[in-house]
Amino acid sequence: MSTSSISLAEAIRLHVSDGDSVALEGFTHLIPFAAGHEIIRQRRRDLTLVRLTPDLICDQLIGMGCAKKLVFSWGGHPGVGSLHRFRDAVEKAWPAPLEIDERSHAAMSAAYVAGAAGLPMAVLRGFVGSDLPNHNANIRFIECPFTQEKLAATPAINPDVAIIHAQKADRQGNVLLWGIVGVQKEIALAATRCIVTVEEIVDKLEAPPNACVLPAWTIDAICEVPGGAFPSYAHGYYERDNAAYLAWDAVSKSREQFTAWMDQHVLGTENFAEFRHQLAS
Amino acid sequence: MKSPTRTEIMTIVASRLLGDGSTCFVGIGIPSMAANLARLTHAPDVVLIYESGTIGAKPNILPLSIGDGELAETADTVVSTPEIFAYWLQGGRVDVGFLGAAQVDKFANLNSTVIGEYQTPKVRLPGAGGAPEIAALAKDTLIIINHDPRKLVERVDFITSPGYLDGGDARKKAGLKGGPSAVITDLGVLVPEVDSKELIVSQVHAGVTRDQIQEATGWELRFADQVTETEPPTELELTALRQLLERTEASRRQAS
Repeated sequence: MSTSSISLAEAIRLHVSDGDSVALEGFTHLIPFAAGHEIIRQRRRDLTLVRLTPDLICDQLIGMGCAKKLVFSWGGHPGVGSLHRFRDAVEKAWPAPLEIDERSHAAMSAAYVAGAAGLPMAVLRGFVGSDLPNHNANIRFIECPFTQEKLAATPAINPDVAIIHAQKADRQGNVLLWGIVGVQKEIALAATRCIVTVEEIVDKLEAPPNACVLPAWTIDAICEVPGGAFPSYAHGYYERDNAAYLAWDAVSKSREQFTAWMDQHVLGTENFAEFRHQLAS
Repeated sequence: MKSPTRTEIMTIVASRLLGDGSTCFVGIGIPSMAANLARLTHAPDVVLIYESGTIGAKPNILPLSIGDGELAETADTVVSTPEIFAYWLQGGRVDVGFLGAAQVDKFANLNSTVIGEYQTPKVRLPGAGGAPEIAALAKDTLIIINHDPRKLVERVDFITSPGYLDGGDARKKAGLKGGPSAVITDLGVLVPEVDSKELIVSQVHAGVTRDQIQEATGWELRFADQVTETEPPTELELTALRQLLERTEASRRQAS
């Protein structure tokens, strides 16, 4: 079975609806920014965003009013400081209140594994002594039936849609990613539907055995979006644009400046290629 | 050579505490700077693990994020996020966790979640990331933080990551081993007292007075019987650190 490629706009139209839970994954690497922008352009609302490290992509979605809830484990601006739009939503309910389900990286990634494995929950040695379980009913403790050790349990995460970015797909729709592979395989398999944007579509993947490959039949839409992870990076294609990351701090600080930037660069462009072109000029 | 800044001294002192050959789970920012300085000076065989899944990373420049390509390219191996936490950290393969935080308290508990109430925070901080499990599962934890009475507080607003909880044997009773062995600041070094587990000053950097360190601390500090003065940075340490930062700066300038 093969998955033919479609435009990103079409993929978001078909697979992301208001109210869906949407996991946009990529651990600092291969972050699906182009797909995030397309969700904003199509003005989806009431989404539950799922992501270990919300990063700029969730800052933009939250600030543009697409999200009602965030499931996450680290909501900072890596190496810089705050995600201002995330903070504004949590601290001051702007542009809308944001419900949070906050865990840790270990718990979130274990919850994805459980989701992919069809289990109801993940078990880990975690959260002992932390205040997080006092504030999140999705972190509880159980006793190991064999050793009586106290362990943390957290429900599996099975989002409606997973969206990831990868380096390559072949013409049948098989996907290959490498470098820091994060949690992409797990979330792709845990989600009901999966959209993958890729740097390029090639005749042959030439993936070595044991490489991180998602077979075509596990994926619902493939979209060729070169540069689609900018300003994060795609190993072997382009580096992380640290200058763009640093610049985001000033862009996102005030509501007005953020809104103007998003209006001009995201809502004011047709697609990611035009966004890149406009930003560079 | 220009005399060292407080931040340079803090970084160098922290780097000295990392043993050669140990496996170290590294947080981003100053912990990463100190860990790499250790690797470039006295600990060439230290194994640096970043939560992005890079094991044995040997970056030539400091990463801005926890998952810059530089880490993957210089690592011995790159594994998935579930694997790094499950097999490597939870599996007991980490000697030292190297962490920063927004607040640390008298019993070395760390807060990186909120200032104020959880439901109505004054300041919403980034959150846990990998820290709760690193602080719980690494055999030893080193904490780096700037000395400031709003940062070194009597009791953290929120325990994100456990230190010694309420002190004494509270950590042990909770079922946790290990625990922080030192808090390194820009004024000195605090260590947990043997029985009470209260952080006490064991070392001060040159030129820092007791009053100064007390004023920058949010609880009434106690001092170890023998408070040592920090050995000044060697030329090797200072040069290695400055060159690392210069390479990092140059690379970021070039990219922008």
